[in-house]
Amino acid sequence: MSPRLKTLLALPLALACAVFARADLKVGDVFPALAPAGVVALSGSDLPSTAGQVVLVDFWASWCAPCKASFPTLAKIHTDLAPRGLVIVAVSIDEKPAAAAAFLKKLAPPFAAVHDRAQKLVRQVGVPTMPTSYLVDRTGKVRFVHEGFHGDATDRQLRREIALLLAEKI
Amino acid sequence: MRPSFRLPLILVAVLVATFSTGCTNAQLVRVKPWERATLTEYAMNPGRDPLATAMSEHVYFSRETATGGRGVGGSGCGCN
Repeated sequence: MSPRLKTLLALPLALACAVFARADLKVGDVFPALAPAGVVALSGSDLPSTAGQVVLVDFWASWCAPCKASFPTLAKIHTDLAPRGLVIVAVSIDEKPAAAAAFLKKLAPPFAAVHDRAQKLVRQVGVPTMPTSYLVDRTGKVRFVHEGFHGDATDRQLRREIALLLAEKI
Repeated sequence: MRPSFRLPLILVAVLVATFSTGCTNAQLVRVKPWERATLTEYAMNPGRDPLATAMSEHVYFSRETATGGRGVGGSGCGCN
């Protein structure tokens, strides 16, 4: 096969790979940093410090009913496990900042809430559904992914997994 | 053009056309989970006005002799 022909065949193959390549965040991947993605704090003035911590990153939106249902559960988990080193970061993907602010004002979560203004982080992560939460270990790697919110079942599973990660040392 | 080049070139043209013009399944425009804010708005609910829904049902029934096509078993054909 001539080099010219090889080049001609390589072009569509590269295109095919680009089309089918999935960039969604998986278990074992390093969770992207919040600040470079343009994420800003919604509650408080600074982004929460997550280095060396067990972090639960929860993607939510004001228009998402299961997200609203999950907040009281996340608040209880925060109250119980924050003293042991858990950091919960709730990432709003609302296009309207006012809607996110109104949602937070109503629910007043005790954990950190941030805003992915340009939806850059959520595109990078490629959440499969709303809400989706990523449990990140102390080394910054995603260890568990939770799609949707299923009430007590999610609560039990989250607590079990968080306890496992909190017990791990770097 | 030499005949030996013709078939590979046709193949390349077909592949390029397939993958670069949105004809593949992966390139179909899909609403991502984080893009559904508009879809959740009240105005996007087709059943938001019960009176209008009832009137539409009545029109279907009286003009087309069809009823129950909105989630109820049977389509008015009388075959269930």
